[in-house]
Amino acid sequence: MTATSISRRALLASAASIVVTSVSANARIITGAMPWSPSAANPPRPWRPGPWQFFTADEAATVEAAVDRLIPPDEHGVGGKDAGCAVFIDRQLAGPYGRAEGLYMRPPFMAGAATQGNQSPDAPAALYRAGLRSLADHVKANFGGASFAALSPQDQDAVLSGLEKGSIELKNINSADFFNLLLQNAQEGYFADPIYGGNRDMAGWKLVGFPGTRYDYRDWVERHNEPYPLPPVAITGRADWTVR
Amino acid sequence: MMARKLPAKDVVIIGLGWTGSILAYELASAGLDVIAIERGPWRDTATDFPPSYSPDELRYAIRLDLFLRPEQDTLTIRNNLSQTALPIRHFVSFLPGNGVGGAGVHWNGQTWRFLPTDFRLRSHLEQRYGKAALPEDMTIQDWPVSYDELEPYYDRFEKLCGTSGKAGNLRGEKQPGGNPFEGWRSSEYPTPPLKQTLGPTLFAEAARKLGHSPFPQPASNLSEAYTNPLGLRIGQCTYCGFCERFGCGNYSKSSPQVCVLPALMRLPNFSAQTECEVTRINLDSAGKRATGVTYVDTSGEEWEQPANIVLVCAYALFNVRMLLLSGIGKPYDGQSGQGVVGRNYAYQTTSSVGVILKDKILNPFIATGAHGMMIDDYNGDNFDHSGLGFVGGGYMGAGQTNARPIQTRPVPRGTPKWGTQWKKATAETYQRGFSLSTHGSSYSYRDCYLDLDPTYKDRFGRPLMRMTFDFHENELKMSAYLTDRLAEIARAMDPVEITANPRKGPYNVNIYQTTHNTGGTVMGADPATSVVNRFCQSWDVHNVFVPGGASVFPQNHGYNPTNTVGALAYWTADAIRQRYLKNPGPLA
Repeated sequence: MTATSISRRALLASAASIVVTSVSANARIITGAMPWSPSAANPPRPWRPGPWQFFTADEAATVEAAVDRLIPPDEHGVGGKDAGCAVFIDRQLAGPYGRAEGLYMRPPFMAGAATQGNQSPDAPAALYRAGLRSLADHVKANFGGASFAALSPQDQDAVLSGLEKGSIELKNINSADFFNLLLQNAQEGYFADPIYGGNRDMAGWKLVGFPGTRYDYRDWVERHNEPYPLPPVAITGRADWTVR
Repeated sequence: MMARKLPAKDVVIIGLGWTGSILAYELASAGLDVIAIERGPWRDTATDFPPSYSPDELRYAIRLDLFLRPEQDTLTIRNNLSQTALPIRHFVSFLPGNGVGGAGVHWNGQTWRFLPTDFRLRSHLEQRYGKAALPEDMTIQDWPVSYDELEPYYDRFEKLCGTSGKAGNLRGEKQPGGNPFEGWRSSEYPTPPLKQTLGPTLFAEAARKLGHSPFPQPASNLSEAYTNPLGLRIGQCTYCGFCERFGCGNYSKSSPQVCVLPALMRLPNFSAQTECEVTRINLDSAGKRATGVTYVDTSGEEWEQPANIVLVCAYALFNVRMLLLSGIGKPYDGQSGQGVVGRNYAYQTTSSVGVILKDKILNPFIATGAHGMMIDDYNGDNFDHSGLGFVGGGYMGAGQTNARPIQTRPVPRGTPKWGTQWKKATAETYQRGFSLSTHGSSYSYRDCYLDLDPTYKDRFGRPLMRMTFDFHENELKMSAYLTDRLAEIARAMDPVEITANPRKGPYNVNIYQTTHNTGGTVMGADPATSVVNRFCQSWDVHNVFVPGGASVFPQNHGYNPTNTVGALAYWTADAIRQRYLKNPGPLA
């Protein structure tokens, strides 16, 4: 999600009024004015439609089924699957988040008190791979060889609930930790800007009435108890603004 | 390989956030040749947080795109001396800033002054309640500067920011509508208070009914356009609800980018060097004078920047680490209680009361980092602590900073965390639920401190800093008392349900609280219990200053720190300009 520094280099090179002295290739001195030029930007990277980037087909089927139980389709709106939560998680795991980029990942890794925070040596992508494999094994052994996606919604809920409570134990991974990661990422997908592949048609924002990226509410601050009248807008605008 | 030596400067500044940019402007305006070295990237509004993509909760609030990356620097944490400290691999409890603008980019804009009695905390409390009222291991101390001395500098920082608010005490005269407990102010706030949404309005009505004195929170998200003394224009806040953890795309949240840098960058005798990390302050052979700093650029090459004055302007925690790594001042030893650098680390004791109302439309997404209605009746020593079993306090009230839905989705107690019932409750409660909060003091203790970790290293092989911290009984009792008072007000709002969440120990680094880390390079009148003197000058190395980072706070009070940080930056700049330049040497 971090943009490259290409725009920054271009910006520094193009700003004629600024003195930019290089004492080496990487030590840059800025003086004389703000180093700004038109069109320089650090925008987000939108998701791209297409095949799964991280999940195998089986993993994707499990995650799609799970997010649709965590956030079920009902009269309040679409479920996690149709909102794109599994796609969102797939793209996140294939990117910097999945690799734990930017985090402190130096050894030694030691188990500590809960107050000391996450000490796992595994990045989210590795946690998913291990968790989904163990979950598949558990379901296969306990439901006559079936996959999670093939279970009834009631059985899927029972499995998810068992993970949440820790009453189902998974090999190689703490089941409650894995459940919490999945729930956190599913909800991120449901409520994040649609630019990352989830929250399709702004379903999550419509569920609660969040207007998204409107960025200016000055005329409504003191209109207490009145519903905000405008529908949500995302970073890329609204679907109905686009010619199909 | 030897570091390559650069031409000498008058002043080298480590870190270009609020204090670095203020000191740079003040000293470069006085004709000094100034360079600031910043370990993060250059950042400006148009390029890095324009309105077109700044309101992105996932990127900025969840993935923390603008913050310090732990792989670059982090610290280790333990609750007490018997634990083995482990690294904070992912920041949660507090979120240090990074890059030009520092924490001034991502703050909420809450712009409070400390109380006059806060500045003589130990003397005041001992005088009123007796020495025995303070726990033996509590190491609070008086500031070496008084509120009266600092008042003009608070005024300057507020005018730099254009802070919006309502005075409660103008030169000793109480003002209706303002905070009746605040210290005297030499002038009204530069801009009038922000408008209030429904949540804070209902809180203020309930608080007034119970005899409290609600007032608008002082905010550096501006109620109207304003031109500051540097000639820079700050825009009107649009209540977009993307303040904390975000840069402001409207030029309406005060920050170094908006309030200082455009003027600073025009000064030909100032330069900024970004993505270069200072690794140490260099000392002469006697260790009495700094000769400059050594830094590493992004290719790993080392450079030496000689300078006559070194200003330590990083985030509070990293000011402490810089002095520890440079061998300036005696490191504090938590076992013996000897030494000063790292001593009196403190934090903030926050708590909340969740409120769900009947049939209201709060529009909670209409928000700024700092609008809201507060009461100060239970801050500092504004109330009688006799028989309460604790000292300290905090402000409390309704400040709706946002309702961004990944993180803010109130639901009634007992709601499952997922599934059909969760979804229904989420949809039904979003418009009716909000949170009141207390912002309590965190006094300092003998066993709460910072030192260098024996095991974990950064990317250059330097030891990480180690934090040893837990909440003490005094703070937990204070939080319980304040949260009870807040719950009383919440009950007067005719709620369907309230949930009081007083702060509970042990300190958990995995729960967001505040990025208000204080102490470690404490300012004081006695070199045995402080690192810098009353002018924020090192006792040991007279040409090293720590100009007002929150690391100089002797303890933390019941307010957000930024206004005091900014005031001390101006205070130190004046001391350097008016005293030190004329006669370089110890100022106290």
